[in-house]
Amino acid sequence: MGDHISSSGESHGSVGSYLTGFVLAVILTVAAFGLVMSHAMSPSATGGAIALLAVVQIVVHLIYFLHMNGSSEQRWNVMAFVFTVLSVLVLVAGTMFIMHDTSINMMSR
Amino acid sequence: MFGKLTLSAIPYDVPILVGTFIGAAIAGLAVVGLITYYGKWGYLWREWLTSVDHKRIGVMYIVVALVALFRGFADAIMMRSQLALAYAGNPGYLPPHHYDQIFSAHGTIMIFFMAMAFMQGLMNIVVPLQIGARDVAFPFVNTLSFWMTTISFLLVNVSLFIGEFSQCGWLAYPPLSEQQFSPGVGVDYYIWAVQLSGVGTLLTGVNFFATIVKMRAPGMTYMRMPVFTWTIFCTTVLIMVAFPILTVAMGLLGLDRYLGMHFFTNDGGGNQMLYLSVIWGWGHPEVYILVLPAFGAFSEITQTFSRKPLFGYKTMVYATASIMVLSLVVWVHHFFTMGAGPNVNAFFGIMTMIIAVPTGVKIFNWLFTMYKGRIEFHATMYWVIGFMITFSIGGMTGVMLAIPASDFVLHNSLFVIAHFHNVIIGGVYFGYVAAMNFWFPKAFGFKLNEAWGKRAFWLWFVGFYFAFVPLYVLGFEGMTRRMNHYDNPEWHPWLLLAEVGAVMIACGIVCQLTQLYVSIRDRNLAENRDLTGDPWNARTLEWSTSSPPPFYNFAILPEVHELDAFAHDKEAGIDTRQAGGNYQPIHMPKNTACGFLIGAFSFVLGFGAIWYIWWLAAVGLIGVIATVIARSSDNDVDYYVPVSEVVRIEQEHTHNLMAAQAAE
Repeated sequence: MGDHISSSGESHGSVGSYLTGFVLAVILTVAAFGLVMSHAMSPSATGGAIALLAVVQIVVHLIYFLHMNGSSEQRWNVMAFVFTVLSVLVLVAGTMFIMHDTSINMMSR
Repeated sequence: MFGKLTLSAIPYDVPILVGTFIGAAIAGLAVVGLITYYGKWGYLWREWLTSVDHKRIGVMYIVVALVALFRGFADAIMMRSQLALAYAGNPGYLPPHHYDQIFSAHGTIMIFFMAMAFMQGLMNIVVPLQIGARDVAFPFVNTLSFWMTTISFLLVNVSLFIGEFSQCGWLAYPPLSEQQFSPGVGVDYYIWAVQLSGVGTLLTGVNFFATIVKMRAPGMTYMRMPVFTWTIFCTTVLIMVAFPILTVAMGLLGLDRYLGMHFFTNDGGGNQMLYLSVIWGWGHPEVYILVLPAFGAFSEITQTFSRKPLFGYKTMVYATASIMVLSLVVWVHHFFTMGAGPNVNAFFGIMTMIIAVPTGVKIFNWLFTMYKGRIEFHATMYWVIGFMITFSIGGMTGVMLAIPASDFVLHNSLFVIAHFHNVIIGGVYFGYVAAMNFWFPKAFGFKLNEAWGKRAFWLWFVGFYFAFVPLYVLGFEGMTRRMNHYDNPEWHPWLLLAEVGAVMIACGIVCQLTQLYVSIRDRNLAENRDLTGDPWNARTLEWSTSSPPPFYNFAILPEVHELDAFAHDKEAGIDTRQAGGNYQPIHMPKNTACGFLIGAFSFVLGFGAIWYIWWLAAVGLIGVIATVIARSSDNDVDYYVPVSEVVRIEQEHTHNLMAAQAAE
């Protein structure tokens, strides 16, 4: 039944776009490893830097592998993406809120 | 060569396990023997095990769920018996090592393999029919999901006889579940079973989300979707949001155990408290993943047997959607006592109380649906009314626990156990059984016996109160959960009472099995046979096809004009089937063994990794990848049902319909 569904409104990418995505992903991954292994920055700066690289990595995956783009006519893509971002934010911010307070109260850090 | 696996891993010195093994072996041999005797292996393989038909997959899910119920309940009654005995110096019959495995297995099996499998079975059987589709969006992925769940359950059961199961409770909290404190294979069995079944569940979520978004019958807007489909829709969203969190939690714990990392260890910079936050980030939505479909089933049943449309369809939809969102922001109430302080606890406590509001809206909607309805006290209605009473009590004790101050008193006590069984048995289980009674004739073409259904209900209902009200009392008396033995004389009578309840529930399960047996035996009696496809005079599209439906569900896709499309058509005198209309060849997926094969190789991968037999794990992994590649490059996956066959099947059903009308 799968091909009964029309897949209009989304692109499925080309070999070129997949290769671009792959190369970008490799560069970002190597950069993150490199930063940690070279001890080039202070530990807290390293943490921030690799978090930033991870976010860029997510965007690369979304664009090159999941074919998200601004012109997408698929309402569902955008809605699903917004909901995902929202729930990730809730979870990440919530966990930081919880663990921050716990660390202070329990002196676990 | 065999990693950690030696002969000493087989527990032949534990009489209970040897007895269980002999029992299981005899039962297994009997099943194999019967299938061989009747020559049904080919039929079973072609028509069921390799089937991509969502109705058959649904039935297989529910069979797995019932086996899991049996296994999980055996664990439950063993625990209750241990606590009825192990008092004042008597050690009972279960040593702590064994007892700890039993409560861990009970929780793991009941949630992941009973409730989740049952829920996925129901959604498989009902949703495509209810939205007027011919199959799900990805039929192959559907069979793959089923096999991932099934082999994971098999893995848990293998741990009974080879090695051991986790002793760390159903969520395997570190640091106890770390290599340092649990060096055995028990936690590894747990991790692999949960991970592999999680793959299946996540794929089911994606599959049914796509199905509901893309494959609704023409005219079925979102606000014309049946409530059960709505609840499944919200459940699939929650699955897609929450299950990756579980995968990450299990993955990090696995890295700790297998590669010596320090995410959740005591030392090396690990933080075991982070695990609680992450695992409950999945765990709380999971509760609503289970209960929302039950709410959907109650809605369908209440409106059908009250003979009027559901009261407040729109509020039901909004309540479901708000529960979906709110369920993502309450997870701290599972660990208020961890020490996050009043800011955090107050926020999550208030959010938890707020989630009771949409749930209360639903209860009132069902009550108002029944109000001035012409209620038929069918066996399914018994479960619905039993649910409303039991679940309301469970909801109220939940609000008590949502108050951080009272949670500090009750945390980790039997009060918590009583509360969540109150909502999971009273909400989820009653709902699934009601749904099974309700949709059984659709799946098989005959009704379930009502007398035995009502007996099962009364035993479950009364047995539930006997088994769990004492646990509330014991919670107040300070008895903690997961206790192996005790010497407080005040607790003993209550635990004896709880044992009585467990025995009553056992009788309830026997009644349910008898109900199945009697119904199958009497399936050809005229009053049990469902020739029309609409035995309850119901309102939604699944009842417009024959029972069981043809494998293509709808010869001509139905047109939806209003909410409760089938009820509307019946009133307006429209033939939903459009019998004798312009039939076209129907495009259908071919059956495939790939789902089964990927499942089997995943089992090998899991088993190899649990026992550190790395060559075996490699064989499993390569097998999985090879099967996926082979399947992806196979273009011969579909076919067309010729018009002549469609006409033959449809005419047969028209004939049955006319015969049934003549009999009236």
